[in-house]
Amino acid sequence: MTATEAPTTGHVGQVRLRKEDARLVTGRATWTDNITPAGCLYMMVVRSPMAHATVTGVDVSVATDAPGVVAAYTGADLADAWQTSLPSVWQVTPDVKEPPHYPLTQDKVRFVGDGVAVVLATSRQAAVDAAELVDVTYDPLPAVTDVAQALKDEVLVHDDEGTNRCYSYHWDSGNVDEVFEQADVVVERRLINQRLIPTAIEPRAVVAQPEPTGGYTVFSATQIPHILRIQLAIVCGVPEHQLRVVAPDVGGGFGSKLNIYAEEALALALAQKLGQPIKWTETRSEGYQATIHGRDHIQDLAIAATSDGRIVGFKADIKADLGAYLQLVTTGTPMLGAFMYPAIYKLEAHDLTITGVFTTKTPTDAYRGAGRPEATFAIERMVDELAAELGMDPMEVRRKSWIAHEEFPYDTITGLTYDSGNYEAATDKAMALFGYDELRREQQQRRDDGDTTQLGIGISTFTEMCGLAPSRALGSLNYRAGGWEHATIRMLPTGKIQVITGTSPHGQGHVTSWSQIAADALGLPYEDVEVLHGDTAISHKGMDTYGSRSLAIGGYAVHEAAQKVIAKAKRFAAHLLEASEDDIEFADGTFSVRGSPDAAKTIQDIALAVFAAHDYPEDMEPALDAEATIDPENFSFPHGTHLCAAEVDTETGRVTIRRYVAVDDVGKVINPQIVEGQVHGGIAQGVGQALYEEAVYDADGNLTTGSLLDYHVPSAADLPAFETDRTETPATSNPLGVKGVGEAGTIASTPAVVNAVVDALRPMGVTDVRMPTSPQHVWEAIEAAQGGAA
Amino acid sequence: MIPASFEYVRAGTIEEAVAALREHGDEAKLLAGGHSLLPLMKLRLATPEVLVDIGRVDAMKGVCETDDGRLAIGSMTTHQDVMDDPLVREHCGVLAEVTAMVGDAQVRHRGTLGGALAHGDAASDLPAAILALDGTFTVEGPDGRREIAARDFFVDYLTTALQDDEVVVEVRVPKLDGDWGWRYEKFSRVSQAWAIVGALGLVKRTNGTIEEARVGLTHMGAVPVRASAVEDALAGNGPDAIADAAQHAADGTDAPSDLNATSAFRQHLARVLTRRALEAAAG
Ligand SMILES: Cc1cc2nc3c(=O)[nH]c(=O)nc-3n(C[C@H](O)[C@H](O)[C@H](O)COP(=O)(O)OP(=O)(O)OC[C@H]3O[C@@H](n4cnc5c(N)ncnc54)[C@H](O)[C@@H]3O)c2cc1C
Repeated sequence: MTATEAPTTGHVGQVRLRKEDARLVTGRATWTDNITPAGCLYMMVVRSPMAHATVTGVDVSVATDAPGVVAAYTGADLADAWQTSLPSVWQVTPDVKEPPHYPLTQDKVRFVGDGVAVVLATSRQAAVDAAELVDVTYDPLPAVTDVAQALKDEVLVHDDEGTNRCYSYHWDSGNVDEVFEQADVVVERRLINQRLIPTAIEPRAVVAQPEPTGGYTVFSATQIPHILRIQLAIVCGVPEHQLRVVAPDVGGGFGSKLNIYAEEALALALAQKLGQPIKWTETRSEGYQATIHGRDHIQDLAIAATSDGRIVGFKADIKADLGAYLQLVTTGTPMLGAFMYPAIYKLEAHDLTITGVFTTKTPTDAYRGAGRPEATFAIERMVDELAAELGMDPMEVRRKSWIAHEEFPYDTITGLTYDSGNYEAATDKAMALFGYDELRREQQQRRDDGDTTQLGIGISTFTEMCGLAPSRALGSLNYRAGGWEHATIRMLPTGKIQVITGTSPHGQGHVTSWSQIAADALGLPYEDVEVLHGDTAISHKGMDTYGSRSLAIGGYAVHEAAQKVIAKAKRFAAHLLEASEDDIEFADGTFSVRGSPDAAKTIQDIALAVFAAHDYPEDMEPALDAEATIDPENFSFPHGTHLCAAEVDTETGRVTIRRYVAVDDVGKVINPQIVEGQVHGGIAQGVGQALYEEAVYDADGNLTTGSLLDYHVPSAADLPAFETDRTETPATSNPLGVKGVGEAGTIASTPAVVNAVVDALRPMGVTDVRMPTSPQHVWEAIEAAQGGAA
Repeated sequence: MIPASFEYVRAGTIEEAVAALREHGDEAKLLAGGHSLLPLMKLRLATPEVLVDIGRVDAMKGVCETDDGRLAIGSMTTHQDVMDDPLVREHCGVLAEVTAMVGDAQVRHRGTLGGALAHGDAASDLPAAILALDGTFTVEGPDGRREIAARDFFVDYLTTALQDDEVVVEVRVPKLDGDWGWRYEKFSRVSQAWAIVGALGLVKRTNGTIEEARVGLTHMGAVPVRASAVEDALAGNGPDAIADAAQHAADGTDAPSDLNATSAFRQHLARVLTRRALEAAAG
């Protein structure tokens, strides 16, 4: 190969088996719970069995004397351990209520699972036994389990705030009243976006260990080792440089490990206090109470259109149940959807109110999609309702109202600039794959036959904003952090490289994808790239992994660091080849002199020469290493068309998905298999919300879906074989042309499935089925539509 | 997820098991496959002080034919062994079919017939099957053996007619002679989950009519029940009587309300599932 050929993209765009998998599938991963330092003490948190009560006494004396117990502490005992409250990162309005939230409560308990004491013992068994001996006395207060009740402010979750209203946010653009008055059709609905429990396969765990040289190492099942380090340093008063945070292998998160949790702070504070390693691992049922929940919005919606089906306006009045305390992004999660209610449609008016409300339930926070699934569900369900009202095909309504591909970049009514997209292309491909017309014919046949099993077709032409986020945009929203990402490339003497990333994968396959990016950029064999992450001692800088940000920002940073390595190497090459730098060309890992192809040095030659440092330019350091910190110029906007055909047994209410077609446009693809994996998992999780999952509280504030026995997460046996395909419209906001894929499937699939269920039942008079569209809810909807008394 | 501490006793024979139960009274629990008991212990909803492991009592494993022409299934026979047993398959295929719908493969390889029945769980599938089969329980206590009819065995939620010091030794079911058809309609929320409602239809067919019909219902009350109004309405009638008869499936039941279904919805499901089960069984 000669140097005049354009560089090939040997790895990017190709399936490469994941470098991560051999360890994971042979049981050689290291989860936090596998780490047990010598002399480790096991921590148990004593949790409130009541949703709301004044704590009148906490007596740990009997527990302290129990076999194997080293110490037990109440909230009061540890009050001095905290420099500040646990953090809430987003001040969404100037007057948002941010009540204090300490790792153990003292005055009141505010949800079932609120921590009141800790026990430390030499074995897990002893800790569990002793926790039962802690005597807590409670003076019960009424539970506050729904937002309407909470907003009456008769019972306050945080007395000092004087209200349960955490914040109210209003935003409109366009002439809302006029647009709605002049519209030919306005359809209104109340939709319930139920509470969900994230359910990562690995439960949360933390180990905090004092180091003999001073300082502490915290191992945590977290998505955010870097953010955790800063925040734990602040909360526990440990100098940042004396705190190392390691995220070892982490088994999924979906937002549930994007937080600064009480147990992480407790473990560190107790390691400080006792000078011994402290370990805590949640049980599944404990996690269901003490790890964040997601969604839980009541959505009052109105969509306005012309009689020929052009959507002109959308109104959303959202009541978000925040639960008892503010976790890291509790306030901001509904806000992450605030920009997306207009979705792909060219609206003339938009009106949004979000009211965040405290209740005596587990705090909610970011769960896969965070705000965007809520917004997408609202608009995509309403477009189908509008189509039904107009007697039009729901895809026809969409086609009339969406942004045409030639209109990009497009400034939306909510102030975003969608850089690229092609809704027509994705839709045409999906419709063909699905056999839309054929399925519509079958649907009609079943309707005509009065079949007890009806067929419904559901559409979701979604888009989302991800790649969080341009730091200045975050600043303007009073988000108390930036959204950049960092990468370092270390050139080793033999021309192998280490890529250090500030992202923190927990299932996404960054080691593989980053290897592909770096290998192509530098013309190196894929095997010669090692990717390091998840340890603040190695990766000093990063903003971690969430919000489908890692590739669009972190992958971009890897690419950018590689360009810097090449720029340096080029100067060394010019020096060694005795040519002008302007005459040096780089392709496929080789630097050559233009016009004399024999004069060439491989990047490995240069790495070795730089290592030896015998002969290099006067004005350079003998090093090829480079780092890049990328602050993205824009969000990224993946989109796609998801189509669902669902059969509904109108006698039993059972929904069975027969076909599910997803055509996603996530821009350029680094590794198609990883993308497909993300799409499959994402769809499954969105189907979970549509059909199966709901966190249910009783009137006393008890979580009645307290384990996997009652909280129904679908398994492969409950899901169809998803049919996936892609279109590729590159993002223009980064040189890789990539968007993001982690959340897309989840954002898209929930409305596609619910639209299908409602579509199946529409001839029976049904206009909505409350999620999850369980047999019970389907049956109730049919009975209600038919005037029954379900 | 860590049970309270307990003492562990391994019984080698039925007599040893009975003796251990007698010694420890209601502090003791028999441990069979552990698939119902251990989850409760891990959640500390059950905290027995002594576990008497009957896992190695071979006399309670396997299937044989009895002198009175029935099948005797040892209570420690695992679900999988019940399903695979040639005698069960030949003479009482319905039991194999219902058993195949219990949990997942792991559960079926550890869980036992006796454990599933003795546990007395309202959502468990096998009690309704044994009830529909008019099975009997052979139990042994300090005073020897006695036989309990299935209809007397299930008393209330997690409560059976067993005394604290009694062991279920075997379960007897009839051989189904003649032209029997059956179908168990198990309705659950996700695959491999417990029944919200289950309806077992068992039909003896003679010359195009239903000579005898039996319906066992799962999770329509604290204990499994027979839909006797449906059974009575069908005896001697043709399959076209099924739809009307099934309307009475929920008569006299006391269906619970829970997260998966209200009582009213359970009653509705019982009617639909009973009809479907009987139509398939009669077909
Ligand atoms: C994930 C999962 C899914 C399941 N799904 C289903 C399902 O879909 N349908 C279903 O029907 N079941 C289901 N089960 C329960 C399963 O069938 C259990 O195996 C069964 O209920 C208990 O049998 P065991 O042998 O494990 O009993 P154990 O758990 O050992 O014992 C249960 C109880 O019976 C008592 N006991 C046991 N043997 C005797 C005896 N010989 N004499 C007197 N008392 C005795 C014990 O003391 C204990 O109180 C499921 C279980 C699990 C874990």
